[in-house]
Amino acid sequence: MDILYKIFLDPFVQMGTAPDLFVQTLWEGVVGGMLYALIALGFVLIFKASGVFNFAQGIMVVFAALTLVGLYNAGVPAFLALGLTIAVMFALAFAVERIVLRPLINQPDIILFMATFGLTYFLIGFGEFVFGGDPKVMITEQLYLPKGTITYKALGGVVSLQKLDIAAAVIASIMVAGLAVFFSKTRIGRALRAVADSHSAALSVGISLEQIWVIVWFAAGLVALVTGIMWGARSDVSFALDVIALKALPVLILGGLTSIPGAIVGGLIIGVGEKLWEFYWGPLIGGGTDSWFAFVLALVFLLFRPQGLFGERIIERV
Amino acid sequence: MLYREAGQFKTNYATDQAIFPILQDRIGIIIILFIAFVVIPLTGNDFFINAIMTPFLIFSLAAIGLNLLTGYTGLLSLGTGAFMGVGAYACYKLTTVFPNVNIIIWVITSGFVSAAVGVVFGLPSLRIKGFYLAIATLAAQFFLEWCFIRIPWLYNYNVSAAIEVPQRELFGIIVTGPRATAGTRYVIVLTIVVIMTWMASNIVHGRIGRMWMAVRDMDIAAELMGIRLLPTKLLAFAVSSFYCGVAGALLVFLWYGGAESTVFSINESFTVLFMIIIGGLGSLLGSFLGAALIYILPIILRFVPPQLGLPLHAATVEHLTFMITGVLIVFFLIAEPAGLARLWQIAKQKLRVWPFPY
Repeated sequence: MDILYKIFLDPFVQMGTAPDLFVQTLWEGVVGGMLYALIALGFVLIFKASGVFNFAQGIMVVFAALTLVGLYNAGVPAFLALGLTIAVMFALAFAVERIVLRPLINQPDIILFMATFGLTYFLIGFGEFVFGGDPKVMITEQLYLPKGTITYKALGGVVSLQKLDIAAAVIASIMVAGLAVFFSKTRIGRALRAVADSHSAALSVGISLEQIWVIVWFAAGLVALVTGIMWGARSDVSFALDVIALKALPVLILGGLTSIPGAIVGGLIIGVGEKLWEFYWGPLIGGGTDSWFAFVLALVFLLFRPQGLFGERIIERV
Repeated sequence: MLYREAGQFKTNYATDQAIFPILQDRIGIIIILFIAFVVIPLTGNDFFINAIMTPFLIFSLAAIGLNLLTGYTGLLSLGTGAFMGVGAYACYKLTTVFPNVNIIIWVITSGFVSAAVGVVFGLPSLRIKGFYLAIATLAAQFFLEWCFIRIPWLYNYNVSAAIEVPQRELFGIIVTGPRATAGTRYVIVLTIVVIMTWMASNIVHGRIGRMWMAVRDMDIAAELMGIRLLPTKLLAFAVSSFYCGVAGALLVFLWYGGAESTVFSINESFTVLFMIIIGGLGSLLGSFLGAALIYILPIILRFVPPQLGLPLHAATVEHLTFMITGVLIVFFLIAEPAGLARLWQIAKQKLRVWPFPY
């Protein structure tokens, strides 16, 4: 009985008696979830437009952040470094399309997936070779990102919010809104959606697949840069943290591989669920549970909805 | 010239269906086995045997395991490392609880433990496919890895949270533990790998293998033809995990001599996946070729710069190794997406008709 009480009642009693802690945990979950969501967003962009499951997205985040910091440390002014990093991400998108994707056109999905593994390895080696493997500090002040915390006396306790996290939330929302407008209103956005629907139909109305792929990889690179800045500001910039990027995978599952709102909602669910689980239930089974909670949640979820929350219905024919 | 099948007539079905229908292939495999069993243990030095051949064979075995699942049944799995870990920890537990039983029996038994775990995590495969399944198997990877750290019973409450391989003898010869010689370990690994490869070859050429391949090519069609999907897929998970479990047990008992949970991390899963994709999905030969390329390539890359007299920093070499590995993966995929095994087939075909183009 005692164990049942600890599992089913005690956590909720704790939530009720200390609402400030609950809100604090919830907020941390939201912030963590946002980062997952941003990484997942990069995945979705590329998957939608080219059907490539881009494993390198997580590494692109680190690579973008590393390039930015590396350039700044080399003496380039902060905003020039930002511009140069964007240029580097464009060059990367162009090179990936030309060197990796074009020769592998019409290959099975798993081969393209494997190719992005090769890209991952290359980026890790290249990034460390050029900028060194030691962890670096993100240049938050130079980019005019706010610092410090806001503390509220609320709910019978203290809730403290990092200003940086709030800024991250605002920037992420703006970016997602921008992408939504880009997808629905512009000519290129419409072309992107056409490619996502059907490659051959898009080709037949004169849309250049090569061009679209460069654009979509560049967009994913920009998302990676923003994610990298936000994430680098919370911890050091180094390749050692690429395991975090793997957390974007269950987010994708929850949201569905092809849905942008799915990526956002999935990210928030995973982020919040993981923090609450670890805080209230984790100690019962020894802690450290956030390494697998997201994956198990996604697995359980998949059993009921194999295509994710917002994914397109999978129709199978012989 | 030498490689020609002219004059080799098949007069019954058995010879026609043989795995190596051409005489030269049979001679070749006998020569390879002779070199592996006799020449290498007698002439190879400890470094070559212990740092290259033994791990190469162990990784080949793991790659065969994953290939049975991914290459033959079409179920993408990223949990290989964890299943290897289950084998290693099971073997450690069994041999410390029952120290007098022959260690080889425990290595094989731990494969069955791993198979049981694999079946549990294979259950979702009926509903989930493709990349979704890959991510679902990540749940197995991270959950099991967590178990290896957080359940002290698994490593006998050691303070270091690591498993230490005890000394075990086989027919009076020390085979595990720090006092076992490299040659002994190598021969045991080789024997197990050869027997299990032979078994795998028989499985995939028989009824079960055909069922798996039918499921891989299109599972709905296979179901309509009367193949029951759940038992078939679970069997694939069980056999695959069995191979991975044995590979994991060998890895710790006959190569590392001790291990922590980090040995069986997600990177291990990825490494084995690289091996089968580079080697060739759905090919046993490919498992060996892929393991050779992915495992031995970084070692060679590490040794080339000092040989050439280039004064490179150790860290720089590490970074360059990463870069070159990445480039080579992409290069091999572009050159031959079906893997090294296909390159070998093409070479054989060319050799058959040489010097004429057809």
